[in-house]
Amino acid sequence: MARINVFDILGPVMVGPSSSHTAGAVRLGLMARKILGDEPREAKIILHGSFAETGKGHGTDLALVAGLLGMLPDDERIPRAMEMAAAAGLKTVFSAGDLGDVHPNSVRFDLKGATGHEATVLGCSIGGGQIEIRGIDEFPVMLRGDYPTLVILHQDLPGVVAQVTAILAAAQINIAEMRVSREKKGAVALTVVEMDQKIDPAVAALLGKMPVLKRSMTIDPLV
Amino acid sequence: MRSYMDLVQAANQQKKKIGRVVLQEQASELEKTAEELFERMRANLRVMYQAVETGLKKKEHSLSGLSGGDAVKVEQRRLNGQSLVGDRLSGAVARALAVAEVNAGMGKIVAAPTAGSCGVLPGVLLTVQESGNYPEEEVVLALFTAAGLGMVVAERATLAGAEGGCQAEIGSAAAMAAAAAVELAGGTPEETAHAAAITMKSFLGLVCDPVAGLVEVPCIKRNATAAVLALTGAEMALAGVKSAIPLDEVIDTMALIGRQLPCSLRETAQGGLAATPTARKIQLTLP
Repeated sequence: MARINVFDILGPVMVGPSSSHTAGAVRLGLMARKILGDEPREAKIILHGSFAETGKGHGTDLALVAGLLGMLPDDERIPRAMEMAAAAGLKTVFSAGDLGDVHPNSVRFDLKGATGHEATVLGCSIGGGQIEIRGIDEFPVMLRGDYPTLVILHQDLPGVVAQVTAILAAAQINIAEMRVSREKKGAVALTVVEMDQKIDPAVAALLGKMPVLKRSMTIDPLV
Repeated sequence: MRSYMDLVQAANQQKKKIGRVVLQEQASELEKTAEELFERMRANLRVMYQAVETGLKKKEHSLSGLSGGDAVKVEQRRLNGQSLVGDRLSGAVARALAVAEVNAGMGKIVAAPTAGSCGVLPGVLLTVQESGNYPEEEVVLALFTAAGLGMVVAERATLAGAEGGCQAEIGSAAAMAAAAAVELAGGTPEETAHAAAITMKSFLGLVCDPVAGLVEVPCIKRNATAAVLALTGAEMALAGVKSAIPLDEVIDTMALIGRQLPCSLRETAQGGLAATPTARKIQLTLP
């Protein structure tokens, strides 16, 4: 993480009342939207721990939906997120649940998009508006939204990671951090690459042509 | 930034205000121009002042129904010329309440340093600005002074109620506001440190005990009392009153006390006011 700066102290500019339960919740919704890579149409949202207990009074539900609609934490339309979701054709269902051994401010999204994409996203709000995405579909991950990020689901075969890094290297993209996880040997694997530079569409297209690739998404850093 | 005394020394050596030293240091650290950072901070100041304006007009209540409408009451009494403590202090009280109420009502604010303590700096700074007719640029610089102190607190201690109790949130906000007020009013770098130290000492041990876990009771009113204590600390420091214990040591003490606080008094809504019979009753009535 970068060193703390003056705008971490006087900031974020946000819609209240809570940096963790409101601003962080908007960012979680927004990250979930980016991971889905589609206009969300159905969202099953499970609130865990303090999100479930004090979420209502903090507008956590409104904030999560606002993020799913693409809003940022300082958007003054956040209090109207439910009406806007209805207008946008996004159906939301909330429930409280035990998501296991996770951070007290955790949420799980089960999302369906307009073009049929589906994604399950597990995330937590760790304070001061900072968030961590801890799961995508069945894979444990660790994303903070600080860097441009590439998330790819691919066949677990030798050389896939090398191909990805070769494409990035040729595009002069520097890798800040990279993690690979898989369900089991030879099955589907998930690779997360955090980079210093954004990927341009030409590079994304090259990555998309890799035959073993099941799905890939590029996620711009959250502001 | 490990030490506020280092900032004071740098300001004295360079014959600059602390705000200017912080701005230069951050420009080089973030690899941005000073102008760019200055304009971003100006935008933050305008959000703060907008929140004051909004909060002094609206009588709406928060989502929970626990709070709202108090800033308007105080402001009305002031405008009627009935204030007990005088125009300036009562203005600071109304404005700090206003911003904290806007926050509770899902309005736009600047976390300063946290959302729960967002009313203190705007309440204090707008009041001091009016007292001397200072231009907006001077107030923006004072925000860098406040932020510089906030960075020292973040490094030596914490700004999170969950870690250090309310002294870490409201206490830090008040200390930051006191230092900024002194610099805006023309005090020396040393005087900003004394103002912050005197102010923070008044908050040592203050626990974080939000009723029903919401940023409303007692948080909103503590923003107002903190604004007054910050102005009190500034008043003393500008008159040459010194803190016997230096600011950095006061901050270390705040950190130590924070670690000694039981978990029930650190934003868990398990102790303090949150555990009173009335708070329990309130909790049952919430949606």
